[in-house]
Parts: sequence; structure tokens; C-alpha cells
Amino acid sequence: MSYIKSFIDFLSAPTISFTLLTVAFPFIFPPSDYFEKKNRQWGVYKLWTNAGGFWVFVLITLFFIVGYFDPHFNLTMTKPDNIPIILMIYSMYFLTWLGMKKAYANDERLDRGEKPEEWNDPDDKVLVWPDLVYIELIALILFMVALIVWSILIPAPLEEPANPAATPNPSKAPWYFLGLQEMLVYFDPWLAGIVFPMFIIFGMMAIPYMDVNKKGEGYYSFKERRVGYFIFMYGWLVLWVFLIIIGTFFRGPNWNFFGPFEWWDPHKVVPLTNVNLSEYVWVKLLNKGLPVNIIARESVGFVAVIGYLFIMPILLAKTKLKHLYDHYGPVRYATLMLFGLTMFALPIKMYLRWMFNLKYIVAIPEWFFNI
Amino acid sequence: MAKEEKKETLLQRLGESQVWKSIIRSGVPRNRRQRMYAVLGNVFLHLHPARLPKHAVKIGYTWCMGGLSFFLFVVLTITGILLMFYYRPTVEYAYTDIIDLTEQVPLGIMRELHRWGAHAMVLTVWLHMLRVFMTGSYKPPREFNWGVGVLLMTLTMFLSFTGYLLPWDQLAIWAVTVGTNMARAHPFIGHEGPGASLLAIGDINLVHMGSDVRFALLGGRFVGEATLLRFYVLHCIAVPFIAMIFMAVHFWRIRKDGGISGPL
Repeated sequence: MSYIKSFIDFLSAPTISFTLLTVAFPFIFPPSDYFEKKNRQWGVYKLWTNAGGFWVFVLITLFFIVGYFDPHFNLTMTKPDNIPIILMIYSMYFLTWLGMKKAYANDERLDRGEKPEEWNDPDDKVLVWPDLVYIELIALILFMVALIVWSILIPAPLEEPANPAATPNPSKAPWYFLGLQEMLVYFDPWLAGIVFPMFIIFGMMAIPYMDVNKKGEGYYSFKERRVGYFIFMYGWLVLWVFLIIIGTFFRGPNWNFFGPFEWWDPHKVVPLTNVNLSEYVWVKLLNKGLPVNIIARESVGFVAVIGYLFIMPILLAKTKLKHLYDHYGPVRYATLMLFGLTMFALPIKMYLRWMFNLKYIVAIPEWFFNI
Repeated sequence: MAKEEKKETLLQRLGESQVWKSIIRSGVPRNRRQRMYAVLGNVFLHLHPARLPKHAVKIGYTWCMGGLSFFLFVVLTITGILLMFYYRPTVEYAYTDIIDLTEQVPLGIMRELHRWGAHAMVLTVWLHMLRVFMTGSYKPPREFNWGVGVLLMTLTMFLSFTGYLLPWDQLAIWAVTVGTNMARAHPFIGHEGPGASLLAIGDINLVHMGSDVRFALLGGRFVGEATLLRFYVLHCIAVPFIAMIFMAVHFWRIRKDGGISGPL
């Protein structure tokens, strides 16, 4: 058992688990024919069958049962404020599974030339009174009963009275913001706490204007919208939900990583060996000191960031993504690239940090401008 | 004649009475026309159309998450009002009032209902968004309503966040300290944000610790008495008010954009 536990501890390190998820993701939500073929070949699509759903459910439950009886994970898991996360894991998984199952069923129907399952004769409608009203009433009552039972069984979290002099370690934001707090490991607060949240909000609002695919409206479907699905689900399930799980369960004192079955050692020492890009270039590569002029010092970083965000999309529009650019037009293409590239900047920075200990691409602490 | 009248049940007679008819003009909905009128003639029910396509009433399609989110908003409003009877937003009383809520107040699960309901609402809103994405319901003509929904989701999280501070325990002030610390790094208007030093007249900084956006949010340089009052007002009045306006737009636009999405 302890071997399995230390293996799970090893697996859940962000470097490992995030990589596994990212590598597996295109096979789970295949965005192209190649991945689609592999998905069929390796039977990944079975995740969305009854059996697949059942076994993943069993695995998650097994993890929580083992975790409950583990002295270390028990503390994290039964913390009253973490209960919604357990609910989140189950409900998010169950409903993603349900939606994908329905999507696959509809894909097959569409392949056979049939209408999707949701389709009905437009003249054959039901009355809201009583057909919808009683469903709403039942849903409402059941939900209220569940909420009351939950409230009776588990008292709301309340810790010691506020004490501005005693900072808890770790200090965590409310659970739904832990994805943002996790981003703070890789980006400065002005990005992780302000710019990225705004980009998430505006980027999500822009989704209907960026997704020009008219198909798949009003019914569950995957095949007709696979690229959109891939991008959205990656952002949603990996960059938001999964980071929340990491932030809740795997981040201990000093925001260090701890496996689920590890003890949260407040004295765990993690060497900080991160180096800025400018130091890499000027000191390590060119063997010079850092230039005094700030712009000159960070020129490489500026070139990298501007190149990534602005030059690369222009080059792509002329070469590989020409068809997309022609199809989308300049404004829509620019919007898609800005939001898309910003989203993928997060995993890119994560890997730069993990592989090269890169601290900042552009480091101007004088102006609080670090990227 | 008189004998036949007595055969009517009490309920039927109530349904025919002047009082009942003045309230619900359509009478007891027995036939198709009356049932449609029951929905059309009711201010709450007429959020719905009178008739729906069959898939729209299937829980497998809608997951009921949008409706439950709204229901939770109502539950949270009611429990929130009850909590306001007992809770005083001052550093002196806040924490002890919370203790009193469980120990002195009869049926003391109002705070539990409010707290767990708030967490549940964040979840149901997220799941509603997931459903809308998976069914492609954000596509034209519903683009605008998706945007309103994204704002509502943000407001839901902000509501939950402002409520987090009110118990005034360690969990509360430190979660809010961590959260609001982000504001000091706001570009231009946070004192540790890029560009803030550009906003200066001569060598006098306009954006400093006592004038930036974090100061405005907290009502001070750290999470304290003024913050508690500010978050209380935001939580109980300001944000619900804004959220209700957006909700009205959201529900109205569902109808105007062609009702619930479905395959053509």
C-alpha cells in the first residue's frame, strides 16, 4: 500500500500530472483525424461508455476512500472548506461524461444520416403547465432536501477569530480562485491576478464570435465541433478545474507541492534556482554583465514576447494558417490569436520553468513589469 | 338545483369564488387553453413560453443547472435576509454573532444553508456553463446571452468572495487578504502594478498605497474594519443588485433569442 501511495504522490506532482494530462488530452478530445484514429485504435472513446464511466467513478471513489483513512490526506480532505471540491470533482466528471456520452450517440446518429436525439417535430410541443412546472418543482424540492441534509450534517467552516498578526501557512484564496493562485507560481500578480482573469472573462465572452462553426447548435455533439471542444475543454478542465484541484489538495506550507499522502512539512526546503532570461543571455551565454539600460537588458525577452504574441500570428496568417485567416478575416483572426496564445502562454511558461528554471522572460522589477 | 350545487367539492367551489378568480383569472387549468393561460397569465411562470419542444423538459438535456442556479440565488437571498437580522458587520461583533447564530438562534442551520448553498451555486453556475458549451447553445443568435452569462458567473464568484470575509475568522481575512493583494498589482491603478509610477505629477506619485484600487476595495491599507463594512454592503446590496439586473436580461434574452436551444 505504501508503495502505491508514494507512487500516487509521485504522479500528482504538477510536473508529472500536468504533463500526463496535457499529453493525453488530444487523445481524449481528439481535435484532428490523426488523434481521432488513435482514439479509436486505443479505445480511449470507451471513457464515455457506461463501463468507462463506472470504472473512473470507482477509481475516484477508491482514491477518496484510501485518502480518508490516510492520516495526512484525511486532514486535507475533511477540511470543511474543501468539501465543495470533492463535490466539484464528482459533478464535473459525471456531467462531462454524460455530455460526451450523448455527444457520441448523436455523432453516430448523424453519421447514419439521422437527426440528433434532441430533435422533435416542431409541431409536437409539450405544455409548460404541467409538463415543465412539475419537473421544476420536483428538482427544486429534491435539491432543497439535499441542501438541508448537507447543512445539518456538516457545520459551516469557522476557524479562530481573525488575527491580522497570525498569517496561516499556507494562506489560500477561496477554492474557486485557487486556479488563479496556482498561476501565481508562474506569473507575477499583475498577470496572474489581474490581466489573465480579465482575459478569461473577455475571452469567454468572445467565444461565440470566434467560433464561426455553425454546426452542433442545440444538441450534444463532438465530431462536428472537435477543435472548439479541444480548446475549450483544455482551458476548462486542465487550466481551470485541474489547477484548482492542485491548489486545494497538493499545495501545502509556503505553497510547496505535497503529494496527497505526504505530511505537510512546514520546513520543507525547495531550492529557488530560477534565473531570468536576461541573465541566461547576457551572463551565461555572452559572459558579460547585465546592461545598465533596462530596455537593452530585457531586449531578448521583449523580442520573445512580442514575437510570440504579435509576429507569430502574422507569419502564421501568411503561411500555415492562411486558410484560417482567409476564412476568419483580420479582426476575428487577431482576437482568436490574442486570446488563444495568451491561454497557451500558461502551459508554455510552466514548462519553461520546469525545464530551464526560467523565472521571468521579461524581468523589470523596477517597473513591476515581469512576464 | 340546490342538490346539484352541494355535489361540488370545496376546492371546486373555491375555484369558482370571486376571490380566487380575482387572483388567478384563468381558473383551475383543466383544458389545454386554460393551461396555456395559466403560464401566460402568471408573472413568475411567464418567464417560460406556454409550450416547449419535447427535449427542453428532459433533464438529460438541460441538467436543470440554470434553473437550480436561480433557485439557489433565491435560497441565498432568503437565508441571507434572515442572517442579516443577527449579524453586525463590525470587527467587535461579527465573529461572536456568527457563534450566536449556531448556539442561540433556533433552527440554527441558516448559516450552513447560506454557506453550502453559496458553494453549490458556484458549482451549478459552472455546470450550467459547461452544458451550454457542450450543446453549442452559445452560437448565434445567442452570442450576447452567453456574454451576459459569463458576467453573471463572474458576479457569482465575486458574491461568494465578498461573503467569505463576513464571518471574520482566520479563514476569512486571509483568503480575502490573498485575493485582494492581487489588486495592488493592477496595471496603472495598483501601487505595485506596472505603469503606476508613470501616473505622477513631478515627483509626486498619484498612485500609492493610500490611493490605489486596493485601497478603494478595502477602505484601508489592510483588511480591517472598513473592509468588513465595504464587503458587507457589496455582498448584501451592491452585487446582488447588479446580478439581478443581469439575470433579468439573461432570462429575457433566452426568450427573445428563440427560447431554449435545440436542433433545427
